[in-house]
Amino acid sequence: MSEQKAYLLLANGQVLEGKSFGVTGTAIGEVVFTTGMVGYQETLTDPCLYGQIAVQTFPLNGNCGANSEDFESSKCWLKGYIVREWCETPSNFRCEKTIDAFMKEQNVIGLYGVDTRQLTRIIRENGVMNGMITTEDVYAKKEELLAQVQTYEITDAVKTVGTAEQKTYTVENAVHHVVMMDLGSKASVLEKLLARSCNVTVVPYNTTAEAILTLNPDGVMLTDGPGNPAENVEIIETVKKLVEAKVPMFGICLGHQLVALANGGETVKLKYGHRGGNQPVKEQSTGFVYVTTQNHGYAVVEESLDAAVAAVSHWNVNDKTCEGLVYNNAPVFTVQFYPEACGGPRDTTCLYDQFVTMMNKEGK
Amino acid sequence: MPLRSDIKKVLVIGSGPIVIGQAAEFDYAGTQACRALKEEGLEVILVNSNPATIMTDKAMADKIYIEPLNLDVVKRIIEIEKPDSVLSTLGGQTGLTLSMQLAKEGFLDTHGIKLLGANPETIDKAEDRQIFKDTMLSIGEPCIPSKVVESVKDALEYAEKIQYPVIVRPAFTLGGSGGGIAYNAAELHEIAENGLRLSPITQVLIEKNISGWKEIEFEVIRDSKANSITVCSMENVDPVGVHTGDSIVVAPAVTLSSKEYNMLRNAALNIVQALGVEGGCNCQFALHPTSLEYAVIEVNPRVSRSSALASKATGYPIAKVATKIAIGYTLDEIVNAVTGNTYACFEPAIDYLVVKFPRWPFDKFVYANRTLGTQMKATGEVMAIGTSFEQAMMKAVRSIELKLDSFNLPKLQMLSDTDVVRLLKRCDDERIFVVYEALKRDIEIGKIHNITKIDNWFLSKMQNLVKMECTLLKKELTPELYMQAKKMGFLDKTIQRLSGEDISKKQYASYKMVDTCAAEFKAETPYFYSTFDEENEAAQFLEEHKTDKKKILVFGSGPIRIGQGIEFDYCSVHCVWALKEEGYEAIIANNNPETVSTDFDTSDRLYFDPLTPEDVDSILETEKPWGAIVQFGGQTAIGLTKHLEAAGVNILGTSAKSIDEAEDRESFDALLAKCDIPRPEGKTVFQLSDALAAARELQYPVLLRPSYVLGGQNMIIAYSDADVEEYMNIILANGIENPVLIDKYMMGIEVEVDAICDGTDYLIPGIMEHIERAGIHSGDSISVYPAQRLTEANKKTIIEYTGRLAKALHVIGLVNIQYVIYNGEVYVIEVNPRSSRTVPYISKVTSVPMVDLATRIMLGATLKSLGYETGVHPISDYVAVKVPVFSFEKLHSVDTMLGPEMKSTGEVLGIAKTFDEALYKGLVAAGYKIKHEGGVLISVRDKDKEEVLPIAQSLENMGFQLYGTKGTAAYLTGHGLHAEAVNKISEGGFTVLDLLESGKVDYVISTSTKGRQPAREGVKIRRKAVERSIACLTAIDTAKVLVDCISLNRNIQDVELVDITQI
Repeated sequence: MSEQKAYLLLANGQVLEGKSFGVTGTAIGEVVFTTGMVGYQETLTDPCLYGQIAVQTFPLNGNCGANSEDFESSKCWLKGYIVREWCETPSNFRCEKTIDAFMKEQNVIGLYGVDTRQLTRIIRENGVMNGMITTEDVYAKKEELLAQVQTYEITDAVKTVGTAEQKTYTVENAVHHVVMMDLGSKASVLEKLLARSCNVTVVPYNTTAEAILTLNPDGVMLTDGPGNPAENVEIIETVKKLVEAKVPMFGICLGHQLVALANGGETVKLKYGHRGGNQPVKEQSTGFVYVTTQNHGYAVVEESLDAAVAAVSHWNVNDKTCEGLVYNNAPVFTVQFYPEACGGPRDTTCLYDQFVTMMNKEGK
Repeated sequence: MPLRSDIKKVLVIGSGPIVIGQAAEFDYAGTQACRALKEEGLEVILVNSNPATIMTDKAMADKIYIEPLNLDVVKRIIEIEKPDSVLSTLGGQTGLTLSMQLAKEGFLDTHGIKLLGANPETIDKAEDRQIFKDTMLSIGEPCIPSKVVESVKDALEYAEKIQYPVIVRPAFTLGGSGGGIAYNAAELHEIAENGLRLSPITQVLIEKNISGWKEIEFEVIRDSKANSITVCSMENVDPVGVHTGDSIVVAPAVTLSSKEYNMLRNAALNIVQALGVEGGCNCQFALHPTSLEYAVIEVNPRVSRSSALASKATGYPIAKVATKIAIGYTLDEIVNAVTGNTYACFEPAIDYLVVKFPRWPFDKFVYANRTLGTQMKATGEVMAIGTSFEQAMMKAVRSIELKLDSFNLPKLQMLSDTDVVRLLKRCDDERIFVVYEALKRDIEIGKIHNITKIDNWFLSKMQNLVKMECTLLKKELTPELYMQAKKMGFLDKTIQRLSGEDISKKQYASYKMVDTCAAEFKAETPYFYSTFDEENEAAQFLEEHKTDKKKILVFGSGPIRIGQGIEFDYCSVHCVWALKEEGYEAIIANNNPETVSTDFDTSDRLYFDPLTPEDVDSILETEKPWGAIVQFGGQTAIGLTKHLEAAGVNILGTSAKSIDEAEDRESFDALLAKCDIPRPEGKTVFQLSDALAAARELQYPVLLRPSYVLGGQNMIIAYSDADVEEYMNIILANGIENPVLIDKYMMGIEVEVDAICDGTDYLIPGIMEHIERAGIHSGDSISVYPAQRLTEANKKTIIEYTGRLAKALHVIGLVNIQYVIYNGEVYVIEVNPRSSRTVPYISKVTSVPMVDLATRIMLGATLKSLGYETGVHPISDYVAVKVPVFSFEKLHSVDTMLGPEMKSTGEVLGIAKTFDEALYKGLVAAGYKIKHEGGVLISVRDKDKEEVLPIAQSLENMGFQLYGTKGTAAYLTGHGLHAEAVNKISEGGFTVLDLLESGKVDYVISTSTKGRQPAREGVKIRRKAVERSIACLTAIDTAKVLVDCISLNRNIQDVELVDITQI
C-alpha cells in the first residue's frame, strides 16, 4: 500500500492530510459525500459525478475489488475519490482487480487515510465546496492553489459526459420505441428500457426536437446527468417543444430538472445534496414511502411551477424537497431519484412500468 | 395513520427468565416498548416472571405482574385487567408463543381483545416449517432443500434422499434447542429423536447442509401501509453452520458487492411483504460464496437478539418503532429520535464497523462440550465499534473479559504447526484464536479458508493484526508506528509489551458519534465510540452543551455471563435515573448491546467502549467527570476501582480501600476480628502441598476458591485429598496472581442480606434465606424473603453484624453479606461492598428503592434525610421466592449437580401471601411441572440416604412409583418403601438410562460424591434427565420443597395473582 502523502485542500483553506492511491498528481473538483455502504464501484463510474470529488462516508471500500460487470458507464467521470480505507486484499468471486488498480487504469486520483467523517461534517456544515487532491506539497504555494480551487466551476457537464453519437438498440418482439436523450446516463437506464420490450434509440443531448420526433418515438426518456441544470439552455428549449408535441415522456434526475425548467420552473442548489442509497421519498397518491438511491446537488423549487401545469407526485421525507412531478399539460412525469439504481435499492423500478403503461395508453 | 383510537389499555408479555438464547435483549426491547406505549398515554399491563428486569419496574407500567408465564396465568390476568389489546412481538419467543396460543384458542376474540404486532397467519408463515417453505416458494424466494417430518423414520428416509450431512431444526424451540448436524444415520437418529421431543408440536425440519456458505442477516421494519425499510445488514464471520448467536458478527455486511447486497435486501423486503409483518423482522440468508445463489434460512417476525444488536449498531430504536407501528403509526410519522429532525422511514447509514463477539460460559464449565453448531451456547455478547475491522475486533476481544488484550491465546503457542492446523478443523469458541495463531505461523490464508470457510476478507484483516504484532516486535517504535498500532486497536500496554519500549507520548482516544446517518444530518443524541482521529466529537459536544451540572461516570457490567447478569444492568440504569433526578449529568460506559443501559437515551451520554483501564482513561480524559460510580456494574466495574483511585478519580460511595479490605483475605480476617464476628476457619495457599496441609488441618469437607472471583468461579467443596488435587491442578494451570482460599465448609442455613449504608446508619430492606443449605452457590439457591426459619436471636445477630460490618467497612451505598447459621451460631461467609443479584427483586417486593437510595447517599444524602430509620425495614405482607433457572439443555456434558460454583443463567420470582403459594408459583414459573402421579428415580450418595427417606416416603404416599439405583433402592426397601431397583449404566441390561428413556420417570433425585466429569455415572444420569426434559433435583433441600409443594395439591387456577405496584 502506497505510503506517499497526499492532501485535500478545501476552498475554505482547510487541509486534510492522507495518503495517495490511484494515480498521483493534482485534481480539482467539487467535493461531495455519498453515504452508500455498498456500491463503491457504481459510484466510481457514475457519470453524474462528473467534475466532482466523491467522499465515501463508509470507511471500508473496495472490499470486493472491481469487476467488469458492475460499471455504470464506460469510464470514471469523477475528478477524485476519497476514502478512509481501501482494501488491498479484496475478496469476491467476481473480483478482477483492486480499486487502486482500477483507478490507475482510469487515471483517477485518490486519497485515503483521512478522517472522512470529519470531512463529511465540514461539507454538511458549510455546504458543498471545491477542493483539490494533490500529491504535491500543498503548503508551499497554498495561496496560489487556493485561488485555483476557488475559481473552479463545473461546466459543459452534459456535453462532455453524454453520448456523442446516435445509436439504436433493439430487442426481440419490441412493443415500443423509446428515444432516450443521453445526458450522461448510467448504463442501467438503458437496460431497464430494453428489459421492458422497448427498442431504444439513444441520441445526443443536442438532438433537436424535430429530429427526435422524426424518429417517431412512442416515448422519450430524459436521463440523469451531471452539472447545473440551468446551464443546459439548448436542451431546455428542445424539451419545451417535446412537451408541446405531447409525446409521452419520462425524466429522471437531471431530466426531471430540465422538464421543470422547460415548464417555467426553477431549480436551486442544495447545501450538500442527496447522495446515497437511503433517501426516503413519499409518493403523494399512495402515501407510500420508497427508499431511494440519489445523486444530485440541485432540486426543483416546488413553488416555482404553476399548479395548473404540474403537481408534486413525490417529496423527500427528510427535507421535504420536491422529488417527483406529474404534468397536466402533457403525458409527462419525472422523478428526482434513480428508479433503477443498481448502486442501491430497487424499490422504484415500477416507475419504468408506469412509463410503459403511459406509452400503451397514449399509443397511436 | 396515527394512534389507533380503539387502543387504550395494552398487555405486554415479557420473555421470562434469562436462558441461553433469550437474554437481556428482551428486557431492552420490552422496556422500550413500555416507554413507547406510556409516551402515547396508554395504560400498560405487564406480565413477566423475571424480577431482575427493568421492564418489571414500577416506573415502566401501570400494573405489573411478576407471575409464571403460562397460558392459564396470562388468561387470568386478562380477565382481571381487561386490556383491549395484547402486544405479542416484544417478549421473545416466549411472549410470541403465548400470544399465538391465546389467539388460536379464540380466547382473544371471545374477550374482544386485539392482537398487536403480529397476527397468527404471519407467525405461522414464519415459524411453521412447511407453511414457511410454501410461502417462500410462492414468492420465488429459494429455500434450502428440506422437509418437515414428525418421525425419526421419515427423517432417515429423507436424509438418504438429499444425502448427509443434514441439519435438524426442531420447530418452535428457543435458540435452536435440540437441533444439530448429523453426518450419518446413527447421529440423525439421536438428534431427530431429541428434537422431536423438544418441539412443542413434535416437528423437526431435515435440511440439506449448506455449511460454509456466507451467513447474512437483514433487520427489516414494515408498517401497516407496507412501507418497509432495512435497518441494517449483518454478516457472520463464522459461515453457515454456527448459530448466529455463537458467531462473530459484523455490521454492515462487508464482503458483498452491491449486486449481492441488493439481491438479498430485495429478498428480505419481499419476504416481509409476503408475511405481512407489521413491526420488526429478522431475515437470515445463506449466500453461496462463489455464485449468486442464495437461500433463506430463517425468518423471525419479532424483535430479537439480532434486532437489539442492529439497534445499537445503527442507533435506530427498532423495538420502539415496532411498538409505535403496532399501535397504528406508520414509518413516515415516527420521528428519528437520534437526529430529531428526520423520520423513522429511512435506512440508517453508518460510517464505522461494528463487531459483535459472543461470551461463552466455558471458563466456568470446563467439562462442557465447546463445539459450536446450530444450538446456541453463548450466554451474552459484547459489541465493539471501530473505524476499521481490526480496531473493532481488538476492542471486542478485550471486552469479553477473558483477560485477553489481543488474539494471542497463550496455550496455543506451545502447539506444533500440525496441531494448529488440526485445531482449525474444530469449530469451537476458540477458533478465531487458532486462526490468529495459524496466521502467525505463516500458514497460508487459502489453506485456513479451505478448512474454516471464513471469508478471505476477514482472514486478511486478521493477518493485518498479525503483521502489526510482528512489526511492533521487530521495528523501532516511531510515533508513526505507534499511531498505526493505536488505529488498529492495540492498547498501550500491548504495544509496550511487544516493542519493549516505553511510550513517550501517550495518545488518548478521540470520540465519534453514532448518529444513524453517517453525519449527513446533525444528530441530537450523544452516543459515542472511541477511535484515533484528530477530531473529538465528544469534546466538541461538551463544549457546545456546557452546563453547571456535575458529571458522573457510571460503569456498566459488560457482557452477560453466569454470575453477572441482567441485575447489574438494572442497577446501573436505576443509578443513572437517580443521578439525573438529583441534577447531575449521568454518563454510561458499557459494551453490552443487549442492555437498557446502552440505550441511547438512558444516560446523558453513552460511551460504547471496552471497560479496560486504558479505554476508561480516554473517557476520563475527554469527560473529566466530577465523580465515578463502580458499585453497580458487578465485578467488571469493581475491578476498575484500584485503577481509578490511582488516576485520582473521585470514586463515589464505598472507597477503594474498603472494597479491597473486603476482598483481601488477610485484611478481611482482621476486620472480622476487630468487629468480633466469626467466620468459618480458613487458610490461604498458593501451592498444592500447602492446600493439602491446610485442608487436613481444617478437616474435610472444605471449600476451595480463588480470591477475587465472581459467581463462585472455580469454587468447589472438597471431601478428600483427591478433590483438592484435581481442583488445584485446574486452577494452577491458568496461573494465579492471588491466593486460593480454603475454608472449613459449614453445612447450615445460608442467609443473605443486602443493606444500604450512609456511613452512620444502615437499612436492611429484608433478610433472605436459602432453601438449600450452604454449599450451593447463592445464585443457584432458592431464596426466600422474608426468612422463614430463623430464630429471633439469629435475626437480631444478623442485623447487628450487618450494621457493624457496614460501619467498619465505611460502606457508602450498597453492601451484600452472606451468612451461614451453623449449630445455632451466625457466621459470615462473604461480604461484597457492591450491588448484588438480589437487589432488583428485594427492591420490588419491599418497595425500598435500593439503588435509588444508595445513589443519593453516595451524593451526600443520609438515610435519615431520605426518611428511613436505621436497622431492618418492616416486613412486607408478601413472601417472595426466587427460583434459579438453568440452561443445561444447551450445554452438553455439563454436570447439572449444584455446588458452590454458580450454574444458573437466570431466575424467576413467585410472590404470594404465603410461603407455600409463593414457592409454588416460583417453581411453576421456573418450568417445574407439578405432577401428582408418575415415577421418581432416586439415586443418591450414602450421606444423603437418610435424608431422602422421608421425601421418598412422601412421594410413595402420594402414589408415585419409586425407582432407585441398587444401593438407594435397597436402602429405601430396607426402610419399608417399595422401590424398584434398576441397573447402573456400568451393570448393563435395562439400566437407569433405559428407564429414563422409557418415559416412566417424571422426577429424578440425583446426588453424587463425585461430579463434573462427563464420564461419571451420576453425571450421565443427570444429563439424560436434561435431554429427556425430566426435572432433576440435585440437592436434598430442593427435592424436599418440591415434594412439599406437590403434596399441597395446588392448582395454578387457585393462586392469587399479585400486581406488585400495589405492594
